[in-house]
Amino acid sequence: MMENAWIIPLFPLLSFLFLILFGKRLKEASAYIGILFTLASLVYSILVLFDRFTAPTYKAEGVWLTIGDVQLTAGFEVNQLNALMLVIVSLVSFLVHTYSKGYMQGDDRFPVFYAYLGLFTFAMLGLVISPNLLQTYFFWELVGLGSFLLIGFYFYKEEAKAAAKKAFIMTRIGDVGLLIGMILLFWQAGSFEYDEIFAAVEAGAISGTMITLTAILIFVGAVGKSGQFPLHTWLPDAMEGPTPVSALIHAATMVAAGVYLVASLFPLFTASETALMTVAVIGAFTAIFAASIGLVQKDIKRVLAYSTVSQLGYMMLALGSAGYVAGVFHLMTHAFFKALLFLAAGSVIHAVHTQNIEHMGGLWKKLRVTGPLFLIGTLAISGVPLFSGFFSKDEILIAAWAHGNTVLFWLAVIAAFFTAFYMFRLFFMVFAGEARSDMKNVHESPSVMTLPMVVLGVLAVVAGYVNTPWFGTFLGDWLVEDNHALGHGHIEGPAWIMIVATAVSLLGIFLAWLMYGKQSLSRDWLTSRMPLSYSVLYNKYYVDELFSLTVVNGAKFISSFLRFLEVFLVEGLVKTVTGLTTSLGKLGSKLQNGQMQTYGTVAFVGLAILVVIYAFTGGYLK
Amino acid sequence: MSAVPVQAYLALALILFCIGLYGALTKRNTVMVLISIELMLNAVNINLVAFSKYGIMPSITGQIFALFTITVAAAEAAVGLAILIALYRNKKSVNIDEMDAMKH
Repeated sequence: MMENAWIIPLFPLLSFLFLILFGKRLKEASAYIGILFTLASLVYSILVLFDRFTAPTYKAEGVWLTIGDVQLTAGFEVNQLNALMLVIVSLVSFLVHTYSKGYMQGDDRFPVFYAYLGLFTFAMLGLVISPNLLQTYFFWELVGLGSFLLIGFYFYKEEAKAAAKKAFIMTRIGDVGLLIGMILLFWQAGSFEYDEIFAAVEAGAISGTMITLTAILIFVGAVGKSGQFPLHTWLPDAMEGPTPVSALIHAATMVAAGVYLVASLFPLFTASETALMTVAVIGAFTAIFAASIGLVQKDIKRVLAYSTVSQLGYMMLALGSAGYVAGVFHLMTHAFFKALLFLAAGSVIHAVHTQNIEHMGGLWKKLRVTGPLFLIGTLAISGVPLFSGFFSKDEILIAAWAHGNTVLFWLAVIAAFFTAFYMFRLFFMVFAGEARSDMKNVHESPSVMTLPMVVLGVLAVVAGYVNTPWFGTFLGDWLVEDNHALGHGHIEGPAWIMIVATAVSLLGIFLAWLMYGKQSLSRDWLTSRMPLSYSVLYNKYYVDELFSLTVVNGAKFISSFLRFLEVFLVEGLVKTVTGLTTSLGKLGSKLQNGQMQTYGTVAFVGLAILVVIYAFTGGYLK
Repeated sequence: MSAVPVQAYLALALILFCIGLYGALTKRNTVMVLISIELMLNAVNINLVAFSKYGIMPSITGQIFALFTITVAAAEAAVGLAILIALYRNKKSVNIDEMDAMKH
């Protein structure tokens, strides 16, 4: 099976091409094309995953370009991480394709939406089977393009347009770091191949400073793509896209690409303690920073977006604490429960036609399928025992503790408390109590939308059991087998960590219940005590404002200076040249005016000059 | 018969030619331009005749040539006037400034 794994990304590509060509004629039937092709990808991915359990890593490459002595290759590789990512991406993509059939019903550009989904899925699947950095970079950019198209799908909305541009530009800023890091690595290791880079790192062919530098530069790319501080601001704005897109791209797959990149270059990062520390610090800070913003947001999708940013921070913290397994494990469980949460949120929005949670409430009785599924997702992300998020979060906390990052460990614990609180605040505000606005015609979504949610709901519960301290760490052992550079499959940690994690999440849930469920604690407790901190949180720490003050204004200043140069210097020069030519031409055209007498005068003057010359020189010009 | 020196003839021809040239290049009225051209032709005739009598090799050729020139000038005046009348019928004007149709 594995030798034909290259075919997996091609299915969605075919779907994209087919729908671009024939989508207009197929109309709503194009959904079936998209669903069918992604189903093929999913089936094949699962077969490849099962194949990978027994067989060793498969890698196939051909020479693509020869420049001097350097050969650039292209191909594909199926190792543990890639096989796992293939299944996650194709599964979520398949479910989102199915879900969109209901959610996007009646949209004018229905086939285009499916075509874009196909393009994105192709790029993401291509990204996760790339055997070298250069190919990864190609697909990395393609993924960005797919994301841009899908965020800006409602391009007639100003916000969507702005959000698409913002997402593209912000991730591009990170990509510059990635590109420079890539080039430096190529310079040092002489190859883009992961294997050869790791071999060079291990052999000590690259100096310590250079390893740190390249690792941090590549991490900058991951920061952009995975929405880590300070390049996180695009991700909440990206919620302007259709909700299935948020589930696919901005929860489960694309934003996980940054984490995937760090994970697949893990041996490079572990070679430099500074780089690891940077990753861990940025991750932990992002986790608590985004979680605190999530506490006060009012838009259902924005709360989920900040929670995504925060969870991605967790994954980075895990990787930065040398917890390879913990990071990848959380990436997997997060993909399931966050996609579930987004799809459920989409179902809520579909039912009530608003995204403001202040206007919702009491939906539990009306949405009998979406409600419980949303609760499952909420329990999973809050780290309640027996749900998938509990196990993966526990792994991360243990990894952080075992690596000696005590401060970061406690930050992560506080972030876990915040997570439990804001997720249940969201849950209670949407589903509990009474409706806070006119809620008529609220109806459950069609089964084409609820079935994908059920699948994800089941996964959000059971996905954690592949790697638990109680029943064995299958996933962890399998992920690191044959590769000592990735660390241990399971890190032992003190038992109290699990108890603390459970306690803080239950505490968060209890507090949320007091404030929003039972309402025995006033909701404006925070608002009234600390109005300043509330407005700081509500305005997302003014990061956007800070950027527009510094970076945007700086860029504007430079551009106006350059414009000044352009207008007065460059254009002035050009205008002098053209002006000179024009006036010469005008002089010439004045002579060619059709007036006989002018011609006669010119001829006579010319003759007179000739005669004078003749008279002075005797017929020869000396 | 007192001998008039050749310089006098040449000076007269030169003056006549200059007047003609000046008229041809500056007058607005097309009829005046035509007349000025006649003046220039006649200046040439004076030169031809003067040289046929006082030149280095005096001969009758110059005088015959002058006759030819007069004939050609008459024909030219006839054609020129005909064109002028045709133009006048079209443009209702004999102003030479307006006759610039050949510039394109």
